[in-house]
Amino acid sequence: MRTRRTLAVALCAVALTATAACGKDGTPGASASASNAPQLPTYTVKTDAKVDSAVLAEAKKRGQLVIGAKADQPFLGWEDLASGDRSGFDIEIAKMIAADLGFTPQQIKWQTLVSSQREPAISKGQIDFYVGTYSINDERKKSVSFAGPYYIAGQDLLVKADNKDITGKDSVAGKNVCTATGSTSIKNIQQYNAKITQFDTYSACVDKLMSGEVDAVTTDDAILKGYASKFAPKLKVVGQPFTEERYGVGLNKDDAALRTAINDAIKAHQDNGDWKKAYDATLGLSGSAAPTPPALDRY
Amino acid sequence: MGFLFEDDNFALFRDGFLQTIELSALSALLALLLGTLLAAFRVSPVPVLRAFGTTWVTLFRNTPLTLLFFAVEFGLPALDVHFSHLTFAVLALGGYTASFVCEVLRSGINTVPLGQAEAARSLGMTFGQTLTLVVLPQAARTVLGPMSSVFIALPRNSAIAGAFSVGELYSAQQTFSERGYSIFSIFFWVACAYLVISATVAALFRFLETRLAVAR
Repeated sequence: MRTRRTLAVALCAVALTATAACGKDGTPGASASASNAPQLPTYTVKTDAKVDSAVLAEAKKRGQLVIGAKADQPFLGWEDLASGDRSGFDIEIAKMIAADLGFTPQQIKWQTLVSSQREPAISKGQIDFYVGTYSINDERKKSVSFAGPYYIAGQDLLVKADNKDITGKDSVAGKNVCTATGSTSIKNIQQYNAKITQFDTYSACVDKLMSGEVDAVTTDDAILKGYASKFAPKLKVVGQPFTEERYGVGLNKDDAALRTAINDAIKAHQDNGDWKKAYDATLGLSGSAAPTPPALDRY
Repeated sequence: MGFLFEDDNFALFRDGFLQTIELSALSALLALLLGTLLAAFRVSPVPVLRAFGTTWVTLFRNTPLTLLFFAVEFGLPALDVHFSHLTFAVLALGGYTASFVCEVLRSGINTVPLGQAEAARSLGMTFGQTLTLVVLPQAARTVLGPMSSVFIALPRNSAIAGAFSVGELYSAQQTFSERGYSIFSIFFWVACAYLVISATVAALFRFLETRLAVAR
């Protein structure tokens, strides 16, 4: 049993390094298989990483780093259910950090958590840290702490590629705009007199957009770029964000050493170009150019 | 626990609560009418109607409700049928619950001794008269207990509609957790709201049971 699992992990690692993105080749509409397509960066694992962190000490002891992520956001936080492979921009950020903390991709144990489970899972220590469209805000800072931001997202609009009516928030009045049930995006778009449709998942919204029943899908541009990449070149992100969401890495409130280490890791990979490479090979496929990496907020 | 009375949270919660009641009431009405009709079909002497009733029950009772919502919300527009999201939800929830109502009623009909129907027919009543004047009144009384279970389950099943663009309690709960309030206090209030609805339905059925009780 043990050997079989090791073998499977090893095979998967070989497959991963060989194709750089085996989970994506089959994605409909993606141009990732073209020879000049952007390649995912590889990260050198720091074996001499010394961080005085309680959470990391525990992770070292069990030989596994438990990272929380999302699994239903294409090219952002995605799990291919058939192969179990994770891919996307958030996943790459998590891998970069793991490498700098001294963990190989095989030593990462992924755990899928939906938004409402994040704070309880982090404060109870079920995961070591969380990377998944996690906006930094004061309410959340009461129960967890944040490294980053590693990406600045903003609410934007996803429309069909040939749509010329919708150019930004001021052109949505009377249009049918779809977003996720209960999300903060609803309030923001309601101000502009859009008609709101809500579904449990963004994929349901995107489905309605493709069939033409809604005119636009709205949420953070990072999520929208993921769908635009998946369905490239049929959809586009308008590119006029009207809010600011600072995505951070959520971790234990009291582990300042881990936060510093993660901040250092993000900084190092922003500076050596891995950040941009990761963006280009994931969200960049949507046709939206990479933004400048954000400055860290070491509070 | 106090978050409910901050900002505009109470208005959102109240709207969700009222929407849940509206959705449940409309679906209950549809389920009751359609369910009774289906039960009549299933005991009718016309083979086509019997087959229709059996097919409906088999199809709707055995399909997960979420899938039914998907079929209605995504399937009907593809066939160029466009209604409001609330109407879609009422159709899915009402059609689903109708199959349960039908089966409960049918079991009630089977408890009415055959002699009753035979006596009615020999007095010259038509099938419709026999059913509505003799059999159903007796059958309905017998099944008030199981029927109350069906109608208590209905408002709770209605939570699925929140995922399909109906702004009821579930979507209010989603909004609150997105705003970052403690999960336990959100669930406390949402559970209270459902409890109020279920308890009211249960009380209504208890009242009916005492009012309609007959000595056997």
